[in-house]
Amino acid sequence: MKYNYYPGCSLEKNAASYHISAMAIAKPLGMEFVEVDDWNCCGATEYVSLNLIASYALIARNLALASKNEETKQLVAPCSACYLNLRKCDSYMSESPTLAEKVNTALAAGGLSYKGGTLKVRHLLDVVVNDIGYDAIAAKVTKPLKGLRVAPYYGCMIVRPKLGQNGSFDNVEYPKTLDKLLKVLGAEVIDFPLKSHCCGGHMTQISEGTGYELIRQLVKGATDYKADLMVTLCPMCQLNLDAFQGPMNAYFDTNYNMPVLYFTQMIGLAMGMDPTDLGIGAELVDARPALAKIEIEVPEPKLVIKKPPKEALPMPSLPEEK
Amino acid sequence: MSSANISPPSEIKHPKSFLEEVIAATPGESHLMNCIQCGTCGGSCPSGQDMDHTPRALFAMIAAGLKEHTLKSNTPWYCVSCYYCTVRCPQSVHITDIMYTLKRMAVKEKIYNDAKAPDFSKTFINWVENYGRAFELGLMSMHMLKHNPFGVFKMAGMGVGMVTKGRMAFTPTRIKGMDGLKAILNKAKELEAVA
Repeated sequence: MKYNYYPGCSLEKNAASYHISAMAIAKPLGMEFVEVDDWNCCGATEYVSLNLIASYALIARNLALASKNEETKQLVAPCSACYLNLRKCDSYMSESPTLAEKVNTALAAGGLSYKGGTLKVRHLLDVVVNDIGYDAIAAKVTKPLKGLRVAPYYGCMIVRPKLGQNGSFDNVEYPKTLDKLLKVLGAEVIDFPLKSHCCGGHMTQISEGTGYELIRQLVKGATDYKADLMVTLCPMCQLNLDAFQGPMNAYFDTNYNMPVLYFTQMIGLAMGMDPTDLGIGAELVDARPALAKIEIEVPEPKLVIKKPPKEALPMPSLPEEK
Repeated sequence: MSSANISPPSEIKHPKSFLEEVIAATPGESHLMNCIQCGTCGGSCPSGQDMDHTPRALFAMIAAGLKEHTLKSNTPWYCVSCYYCTVRCPQSVHITDIMYTLKRMAVKEKIYNDAKAPDFSKTFINWVENYGRAFELGLMSMHMLKHNPFGVFKMAGMGVGMVTKGRMAFTPTRIKGMDGLKAILNKAKELEAVA
């Protein structure tokens, strides 16, 4: 199946391993991704906090660009925040003629237009479990993740809120698709009660105590359930749980050590792919001891410090500040 | 909170009360006037304990017309956008969307108590408005310099980790169609002013 693919800003760099692993499993599973040409940021949760029409116009530019592709009207986003923004914009433009008119007046200034409902916005997990299907994936499993205890972690924006006629592709409070997928891959899946709780999003930058507490609860939950690792499907969740686990430990004087990988990486491993081809090794909380349990050897990560190009220094400034 | 005098959002052209103002500024049907003050929202909120007011209390304040009080509350800025309240609300009030509306109003009227969260959004969007993509290193460093300069030392370990693992870009990416995007956003902002 062919899909328009919207990677989103995180997958360019901090969550590059999510992108790499998604691309690695795409071909063997029969998914063809066409990256939306010259896509822009979806505005995350920030733009809509400042401007209404501009935030929807920013998102709608991506929808307009993707809808130019005559071969497919499916648009896939691997990031839950991007997925929700794209889905919400499409849905609200269908429901509110006033909003649609204003957004289209703005888009026209850039020679674009979009009609709500033209595209079907999907999350990558939805596509994998519902279009490819558990059976097709099971048939590709050559190295079952037997003996690995995993906590399936969905986060919030993949299942909430319900929008339009389709609502949500999985239960809004107690989703099960990732659980089932990981079982198909051979892993031992814990019944994780915090599976659709929030990772805190940008709160680590707004109010440390609030942000770290949400991260602590999730990591503690997975640790209490004796999970070897957490499996996620959102770059923001991965960043918070993995990269901010250290600062969170420092804040609470705790010593949690819970690795966090993407579901695409788990699929790749179960299909017998080389961990380095799946971007494994970029985690800040080392996942190697957990993977060693099921005899998956990940080579010592090599340092990838690249000197920034000369023209990159000093820090690029914004035009207003010149 | 329901009142026969409140017009449906599509018909609110000239809001007569703060409640109508909030409804009119929220996309789609917010169902705010249907709030029955049950408190399911606050009970479902993961960051509720750090909020000045629970969402329920905030909606009562909106209905009472306490505009300044409402916009100065930290509640919308502590909303983590997890939509638990929205899916659980028995009256289908679009609570998360209303929190975004209140943030926009507070920014527009410049009456928030703590500038940290609004500044974070502004810094994030500044990169997007000029490059078309988010830029994490620029965002984090500019935000920290402004609001938490000593935090740089606490975050040093994580920063080094992100760099050595190749997860931090040193330069922002600029999209090709930046002129078009700027034209779109400028036009959108003109329309915003009219609304």
